[in-house]
Amino acid sequence: MNAAENTPIPLLEVRGIEKSFPGVRALSGVSFDARAGEAHALIGENGAGKSTLIKIMSGVYRPDKGSILVEGRETRLATPDDARRAGIATIYQELLLFPELSVAENIFLGHAPKAGFGRIDLRAMRERAEALLASLDIDDLPTDATVGALSVGNRQRVEILRALSYDARILIMDEPTAALTEADVTRLFDIVRRLKARGVAIIYISHRLDETFAIADRVTVLRDGAYVGTRLTSETNSSELVQMMVGRRIDNLFPKTEATIGGPVLEARDLVRRPLTKSVSLTVRAGEIVGLAGLVGSGRSELAQTLFGVSPAESGEIRLMGEAVTIRSPAEARAHGIAYVPEDRSVQGLVRPMSVLHNLSLAALSSLTRLGFIDRAAELRLAEHAAEQFGVKMRSLDEIAGRLSGGNQQKIVVSKWLANKPRLLILDEPTRGIDVGAKAEIHRLMDELAHAGAAILMISSELPEVLGMSDRVLVMREGRLVAEFDRAAATSQAVGAAMMGDASALERAA
Amino acid sequence: MSAIALFRAPAGRATLWRRFFTQETLLAGAIIGLAVVVGLINPRFLAANNLADILLGNAYVAVAAIGMSMVIITGNIDISVGALIGVLATVSGSLAVAGAPIVVTWLAPLVLGVAVMGLQGVIVAYVGVPAIVVTLGMLSILKGGLISVTGGKWITDLPVAFHLADIEIFGFIPMPVAIMVGATAVAAVWMRWWPRGRAIYAIGGNAEAARLSGVSPRRTLVLVFALHGFFAGIAALLFATQLRVIQSTTPSGLEFTIITAAVVGGVSILGGVGTVVGATLAAVLIAEITSALVFINVSPFWTHAVQGTLILATVIADIERRRRRLAGAAR
Repeated sequence: MNAAENTPIPLLEVRGIEKSFPGVRALSGVSFDARAGEAHALIGENGAGKSTLIKIMSGVYRPDKGSILVEGRETRLATPDDARRAGIATIYQELLLFPELSVAENIFLGHAPKAGFGRIDLRAMRERAEALLASLDIDDLPTDATVGALSVGNRQRVEILRALSYDARILIMDEPTAALTEADVTRLFDIVRRLKARGVAIIYISHRLDETFAIADRVTVLRDGAYVGTRLTSETNSSELVQMMVGRRIDNLFPKTEATIGGPVLEARDLVRRPLTKSVSLTVRAGEIVGLAGLVGSGRSELAQTLFGVSPAESGEIRLMGEAVTIRSPAEARAHGIAYVPEDRSVQGLVRPMSVLHNLSLAALSSLTRLGFIDRAAELRLAEHAAEQFGVKMRSLDEIAGRLSGGNQQKIVVSKWLANKPRLLILDEPTRGIDVGAKAEIHRLMDELAHAGAAILMISSELPEVLGMSDRVLVMREGRLVAEFDRAAATSQAVGAAMMGDASALERAA
Repeated sequence: MSAIALFRAPAGRATLWRRFFTQETLLAGAIIGLAVVVGLINPRFLAANNLADILLGNAYVAVAAIGMSMVIITGNIDISVGALIGVLATVSGSLAVAGAPIVVTWLAPLVLGVAVMGLQGVIVAYVGVPAIVVTLGMLSILKGGLISVTGGKWITDLPVAFHLADIEIFGFIPMPVAIMVGATAVAAVWMRWWPRGRAIYAIGGNAEAARLSGVSPRRTLVLVFALHGFFAGIAALLFATQLRVIQSTTPSGLEFTIITAAVVGGVSILGGVGTVVGATLAAVLIAEITSALVFINVSPFWTHAVQGTLILATVIADIERRRRRLAGAAR
């Protein structure tokens, strides 16, 4: 029997929530509830309103309309402190811990056990921290360890312990597995199961459907700020959920079509840039999409940055359209018609205080310049086209880019480069962290660009994406290219084995 | 797709209102409002020659604030500019007294200003020393060097032709005002419609993103410092030629007034935001306030307190704006 079905009154319930920000309606009439002992997943595309909803449930935002009920009683959550007192704890993606302090100090910061004269009772604090750890059967986390030295997974466990130290009965987690390793995910799920058994309600935001099925009892889908529906995970499947999320069927996840492959656009020979690019040679042809697979740390992003002049090559040769070139800076790479969409788009891609318009045109300014000054009309055309192509949601092109939602910011960074009509496009994790709909948009655009004759080098950690989009797959390991597969020969076993360096598996696959 | 059309229609009014309600219109309103209020208290404040004095005597602050705005928009700061203006004025005046051709006396501060500021730009951009440290060092060097060399004595007997500030264009536009308006307009247009001008905002907002977009943050930074030196050179000329004598010391607190003008003009101390039009208007407002204090019988010693209050209020408002913007963005 499922504990969730026995509880008549939900621990936390919101009804008819509406919330608008200037010019954007973030939530319209959303209802949601979480019962004791259940994990309730909240899913939806970027900008669907998930973050706004959890911020309302954590007292960060106040709703324009609607009510919040904690254990059946209407409650006002005006501040995060109100939410904490109501037994609601939220764990955000960016963990809010103090790296210089110990595990125990972090857990009890703000409500440490006191001895005489207000002095912190270190022993009692350590004992209570240890009791907390024991209650979750955690035996591999010393309470006196400095938090800054812990792995992301362990830091997250400290945050959860911190929430429990306040006797939180409702735990909200915003994409908790985004930065975790597989082993950490297993441990997190273990904790979640224990908390469920204790009667804690867990609200779980995720982009990953497989996780939703693994851990959640129910799942609620939001789309464009509206409530779409709630399902028992035992009675639904991923295609139904995807359809609810995007409101349409994605018939072909990877819309790759055959493009005419022309002459070589990029030929690199024996590129060296210590420490992670060790004598790399590769060719990318016009109309061709080359996937670059490899584990994190194998040197893929470093190779991309060497090609783009961020960290120029120490030796080796680069030819573009058959002509030998030297690329010592991104400006030179750009002048040669190379574009690069970096991996960390929040840090590397967007100038947050600038307008959407100026961000979109930033990489294309030289082509928009006539007689030395920027052609306003051409700039506007370019930006309108780029924003339209990607469906960037904004009030106007003059809106400050930093004000848009994360998903929209990413769209701006990607479209800014495509606006430049590059001959060689280097994409580093082009679809990481974006929703299913935008993902398909980006794949469709890559296909279009290839048809228009662009050469594309795509780095991706998602194997299905590499296999689905590439004409050829190159595999990188420890700074070298170790394998190459044609589209037909690129199977997940073969590419995966090459990534891992598993020689026997390689032979089997061959 | 309809995303743009959808979100543009209801935004029209708000955007129009916001376009009008900028830091610049606010400052223009404050300049006029203050004149009216002080004029009611003491009508002599509004006399033509007083208003002219306010503009003529402070045009050099506005000109220096142009370069300062650019430097602050890149996310840097310069506290050596006041001392530099003192040095450049002294060099220019000494050359004039020594009988150098007038053209040389006018060009020397410009060239020297570009050289000194350009050097500081190189140290900031290529060596990676924080601008506040570099310019603090330069401030000491210039200040100490000047007083050691000149002993602080006054430069007098300047040739009549030297007095650039006395020239009137078309016989009625005083040179300081013409330069202030002209330099502001040229800088504003350049920063908005020239790629390198746009780059100033980009590197101040996110240097890494700018670099990956093909903008060189280092070269842009050196250029900005060099331009700042050029404007400081012009400011020094206006400063040197407005009176019949030059006191060969560094004007105390001048850098503070110039930074105040930039910040009150809407240049964000955090970088990436601001206009030179705002900075020039703020320089005029500050000059007006200083003069107004005299006309309503408040001790001029309050000037600095008023400037300090203005700068604090502006920065607090700026940070508050960013905070709200951030809250609105997290969706």
